[in-house]
Amino acid sequence: MVYLKNLTYRYPRGESDVLHDINLTIQEGQFFALIGPNGAGKSTLCYVLTGFVPHFYKGKLSGTVTINGRDVFDTPLPELAGVTGLVFATPFNQISGARFTVREEIAFGLENFALPREEIIDRTEKVMKLFNLTDLAERPPTALSGGQQQRLALASIIVMRPRLLVLDEPTSQLDPVSTHEVFSALDSLINQEHLTVVLVSHKLEWVAAFADRVAILDQGQIAADGPPEEILTSAELTIHGLTPTQFTAVSLMAQRTGLIDSKKALPVTLDQAVQFFK
Amino acid sequence: MKIQLESVSFTYPGGVEALRDIDLFIKSGDAVAFIGENGAGKSTLAKQLNGLLKPSYGRVFVGDWQTSNRSVAQMAGRVGFVFQNPDEQLFARSVREEVAFGPRNLGREEYTISEDVEMALKQVGLDRAINRHPYDLPTPERKLLTIAAILAMRTPVVILDEPTMGQDAQGIARIGRIVSDLKAEGRTVITISHDIDFCAEHFPRVIVLSSGRIVADGVPSEVYYQESMLENAGVIPPQIARLSINLGLPSGALTDQEFIQIYKEHR
Repeated sequence: MVYLKNLTYRYPRGESDVLHDINLTIQEGQFFALIGPNGAGKSTLCYVLTGFVPHFYKGKLSGTVTINGRDVFDTPLPELAGVTGLVFATPFNQISGARFTVREEIAFGLENFALPREEIIDRTEKVMKLFNLTDLAERPPTALSGGQQQRLALASIIVMRPRLLVLDEPTSQLDPVSTHEVFSALDSLINQEHLTVVLVSHKLEWVAAFADRVAILDQGQIAADGPPEEILTSAELTIHGLTPTQFTAVSLMAQRTGLIDSKKALPVTLDQAVQFFK
Repeated sequence: MKIQLESVSFTYPGGVEALRDIDLFIKSGDAVAFIGENGAGKSTLAKQLNGLLKPSYGRVFVGDWQTSNRSVAQMAGRVGFVFQNPDEQLFARSVREEVAFGPRNLGREEYTISEDVEMALKQVGLDRAINRHPYDLPTPERKLLTIAAILAMRTPVVILDEPTMGQDAQGIARIGRIVSDLKAEGRTVITISHDIDFCAEHFPRVIVLSSGRIVADGVPSEVYYQESMLENAGVIPPQIARLSINLGLPSGALTDQEFIQIYKEHR
């Protein structure tokens, strides 16, 4: 689905490479989480995966990026819109401002695809339901709370049915219950429509619960890559300035104080931690 | 500085009833976390405390001042408010000017202002960015800058709206240290946050809001173990509390050490 080879990138006027020699393959239907300290290059990698680099941000670029069989560098942005979609960390940057209501905002992208009216209406209503926006359909996007805007930003990208969905801190303004709802909705899209998801998040508890693969990005390079149970309990995590979930931390402490057999695999989720201590 | 709310209700123009009959006393030097789901009334309550909003009914006191008799500018000298979204707050052309604006507006002397600016920037770790343009900083650093702008005003009350949002582990640790410093100085610190683990670690009093009402108010070791109340309020308890509850252990633990101790005694 996603294939990056020897990718190196530097912003125009940048003094050093933001991404350095990245090699990465992501399978279709994978829920791939990208974690790392601030400034590691996570957002830039999101731009690469959606064509904003190099079509919007110029700069110095080498290597290849292929998504769903298309060379991203050779495919113009409008053509990439049905293939790969990006949800920004700040919903304000996403919302077009060109439409007056939540419903129109969601339909906006589809109108640009020149789809039949019935299909636009059908897809818009379905995605509003999925993200709990139906009651807000007639409200102006600017009048929504941060959390509501974030759900709108997600809906207006998912309605386009990209094959690859790239999410840069998509739930930063959501409360935990809404965050759980959003991740569950994404999970069902992955299962039903074989969507591929790349998620950037600092919330390791959610990463542990939903991702099936995790990579650590630090200083523009992939430092570790594997299943959550392996990466989120590894020493690499703290080396790169990240903090394990408390489920992992307290379990490690129990092993070190001799309360629990040190050969037992460390947990990353609540369910695993309960099993660990039982 | 103490804060008192007497039977406070607030209805937004348009009819949304955001606060319903709130009675609350926060003593000087308290560190309080307001938690609850989106729309519970947390931000509305916080804005009552700095006078950005005035109650529709009831009275709000900050120290001996009743907010409805004071201007927003007067209140700014007592209550520093760090907004959730830094871009709602930043406007100056350099980091130095951004941080100097508040104390200058309060009529402080120029020589103390530059000291306050340097102290505040050091506290948030942005002292080397003093001559940069705020919008050249990445978002997490812009958030730290807005915190510095409030610290420099040396207000007796500081309100932090979602301070850890978008911060990585190091940023969260830094904000935790700032909260500890403010507590040590005896200032009243209030946070609104979805980051329940951060609240549990740094705020010895927690108030749960739901549909504009206070549904719990107490110490973390008790409030975070009230499962059904939290569930109704749309709050997921801290990780250690959830683990303890699922293992059927007695309530109270919030740190790794506390959990290990209780686990040892009861397994």
